[in-house]
This record gives sequence, structure tokens and C-alpha cells, in this order.
Amino acid sequence: MTKEWKPRIVAFFCNWCTYTAADLAGVSRLKYASNVRVIRLMCSGRVDPQFILEALTRGADGVLIGGCHPFDCHYVEGNYKMLRRYQLLKRLLADMGIEDQRVRLEWISAAEGEKVKRVINEMTQQIQALGPLGFPSKVADWDREMTELEHHVTAAAAGGCACGESEMAAAKPEVAHV
Amino acid sequence: MSKPKLGIYWCASCGGCEETVVDLAEDILGVVEKVDIVLWPVAMDFKYEDLRAMEDKSIFATLLNGAIRSTEQEEMAHLLRRKSQYLIAYGSCAVTGGIPGLANQFPREQILKYVYEETPSTVNEKKTRPQLKFVESGREVHLPELWNVVRSLDQVVDVDFYVPGCPPTPNITREAVNALLSGKLPPKGSVLCPDKALCDECARKDSKPTNVAFVEFKRPHQQLLDPTKCFLAQGVVCMGPATRSGCGAQCTSGNMPCTGCFGGTSRVRDQGAKILSSLCANIEAKDEAGINKALEGIPDPVGTFYRYGLAKSLLRRRVNLPA
Repeated sequence: MTKEWKPRIVAFFCNWCTYTAADLAGVSRLKYASNVRVIRLMCSGRVDPQFILEALTRGADGVLIGGCHPFDCHYVEGNYKMLRRYQLLKRLLADMGIEDQRVRLEWISAAEGEKVKRVINEMTQQIQALGPLGFPSKVADWDREMTELEHHVTAAAAGGCACGESEMAAAKPEVAHV
Repeated sequence: MSKPKLGIYWCASCGGCEETVVDLAEDILGVVEKVDIVLWPVAMDFKYEDLRAMEDKSIFATLLNGAIRSTEQEEMAHLLRRKSQYLIAYGSCAVTGGIPGLANQFPREQILKYVYEETPSTVNEKKTRPQLKFVESGREVHLPELWNVVRSLDQVVDVDFYVPGCPPTPNITREAVNALLSGKLPPKGSVLCPDKALCDECARKDSKPTNVAFVEFKRPHQQLLDPTKCFLAQGVVCMGPATRSGCGAQCTSGNMPCTGCFGGTSRVRDQGAKILSSLCANIEAKDEAGINKALEGIPDPVGTFYRYGLAKSLLRRRVNLPA
């Protein structure tokens, strides 16, 4: 590693509240951690759980979702839909070994530029402490066992040998299932 | 003219897919008439050496069922890929990892320890485990090695077509074989199945409410199920909205909810995330306590939403497990 690792956070902000609040934070010249990549959506109810999973698997260390406070959703129900999905998604992610702090849902109104700053800084700190999620490199690790075998198979085939298995077993440690 | 050669092979699977081929009943005679079965270890005697001796691409099509989780399975997948013109991932395990894919939640050591030492019916005081190599009276015997990760077939080799299902139903099996034999094939990589959600062919469709408003989720054994009403309207988790049709809605006709074995439609990348999204959005409560109370009825979200598809899902495997 030549570059120092810094958390990468993907943020899905709703157009009507949180994105406007992030704008406000900007024009108010509030400083917050630059680790967040903001994606504007019309509503937190538009955040498909697939987006969150895909962000994590493509290399994000955390995902932040910002929506309007209860009773404030521009589309009446969208933020509740997000909250309900979030409650179960948290359990699902925990079962898959992903730490609680990596996915966070916050209600931030258009007037709360200060809260955008606080939440982003807090989350960046927490994820800094957790370390990288590093999903793409884990997948590469998992696939290594496969690539190894592929070499054996190709080698056996190229040699015209009909006994690929025994060659393969010989190349591996003798006792593996312990 | 010689008949096209057909291979049927199994990897990490239960044998249910083979059963479906037999379930073609008298239709199997039509299939047998048109093809030469050159490999089908579960039903006939073939040796791997015979397969190795065959020319590359000399098998017209191979239906491969089962996930890939051992060295032997992986080697056979590569070998069959080389020998076959068309390699078809047949059944949920080959298509998306299937039930064996749920092992991706646990480390290999935990699985082996449980299976060889801790299951209630196991007596194994010496804690014997299968060895990769064993020598007796000068002869050496080998066993395949179990991988850490369970994989779908297309995570290992190139796959031409997919036939999903646990097991694939006889109707789609018949159609797939007919499509292969007649040469009327969709583009490579297609799933040989309709591309609509199960609800579309479910007889209960008309009773699906526009606003479901779940107060609680019940599991099928916890109440008497109305045989005509949409399961979602009865508060029962049904994977139908996020699952591909083609099975003829056999489970819902038998008064059991869909468990999602056909996988998602072509527009869905992650079936589990999609059904989670749909079910949760329709919970009635608006506060955390109420929502969590309703969600108590789904004790195992991974096992429920990814029953057949964990290995091919976005997350694939518990992230903090050793490689």
C-alpha cells in the first residue's frame, strides 16, 4: 500500500431535506470530512437496498442515508419506507458480518446544515476506527482457491495426462480437513 | 446420422434435479429417442476416464446441477465445459448456489466439526475426518477437498443457459430440452424461463391487496392458511413478488408460500434485497418499536430471502470469514 487508507462513504441524500441541508452546510462554509460521496435522490424511499449492498460490495466502507424527519416527507410515506427497510437490513448485514456503524440512517431537515457536518464527521471517525471493509479484495481472496485449481486443471490437460486428480492432490497438503 | 449427445452431471446437490428428469414421465422416452445420454452418473455407469477420452465439444449439451464446492466438482465443471457445446446450469444450486450456498455464512471448520463430530446422531470418539490421501496395502486413495466458498456454476466456468428451480419443474425442463434440440435458442446467458414475477401466474393474484399493511409476519406452521387468499394478505412471507415465474405456481397451489427457488427476474440483481425492500415498505407501523415488533416474525432474514441465492447475491459470503 503506497497510499494511506481513508474511509470512503457513499451518501444517499433526499432532494427535499438532507441534500438541501448539505447545500446549506456548504453556503454556511461549514467544514466536514471529505470522505463522503453524495448521491442525490428524490426521496429516501427511493433508496433500494440493492444500492446499499452494491455500494458496499464495490468498495465503499460505509453508506449514509439522509431523509426528512417523520411527518416531513415530501411524498408523505417515503421516509417511513426507508426506516422499515433499514431496520431489517441492519439485521441482515449483521448476519453477513458487516458492522453496525457502516450503514447509518439519519433524518436531517433542510435547516440542519450543522447536523450534516456532525453526522458525516462522526461517521467518518467511526469507520476510521473500524478500518476498511475492503469487499473487493475479500472477493479476490475467496477466488484465489479457484484460480489455483484452474492452473492445475489446465496443466493436467496440456500434459495430456488422464490423472488430473492425483497430480492435484500431490501438489496440496496431505491433510486438509482438520 | 448419429444422435446428439447429452450429459447430465451433479455436483453439490441433493439429487432432486435428477428426479425431475425422471419426472418427465413418458416424455422422457421422447428425449431418449432424440439423444444419446453419454454421462449420467446417478442413473447409469460411466467412468470419468471415458469422459476425458472424448473429443472436445463432442457432447452437444450438458445439464449440470449442483453448486461447486469441492476440487472434484470444480475439475468436473471445467472438464464438462471443455467437452460440451452447450453447458446448462440446471437447478437452483448450479444457477445461484442453492441451499448449499447458505454454507457461505459459516467457516469451513465449523461445518466440518458439526458434521463429523457434533450432529446428534454422530458417534465419532476419535474425531476422524476424511483425509485427502490414504494409503492402504500400497494403494493410494484420494478424496476431493472441500473449498471454503460455495459457488454457482457461472462463478467457476462459462455457462450458456440457465434453467432455475429447486428442482426445475418438468414443464420447463421439457421446454429447455426442446429448445436445445430444435436450435431455437435465445441469446447466450438467457434463463430458459418466463421473465415475469410469480404473482403473474399465481391463482391467488386477485386477492392481493394494493395496500398490504403488515402488522406481523407469521410462518406457515403458525396458523391455518386460507387456500385461496394471497399469502401476503395473510401476513405470511411469500417470495412470489421477487421470484421468476415458470413453475406453474406449484407451491402456492399446494397452499404453501413461494420460497423463491427460481431466483429473480432479469431486472433484479439481488433477489433478497428486493423482497426485503418490498415486504418492509409495506409494514404498517411508522415507528421503530412497531416496525421491529412486526419484523420479529422474520427471525432469519438471510435464510429466508437468500434461501437459494446467497452464493450469487451481491454479498455472496459472510465478509469476515477466512478465505
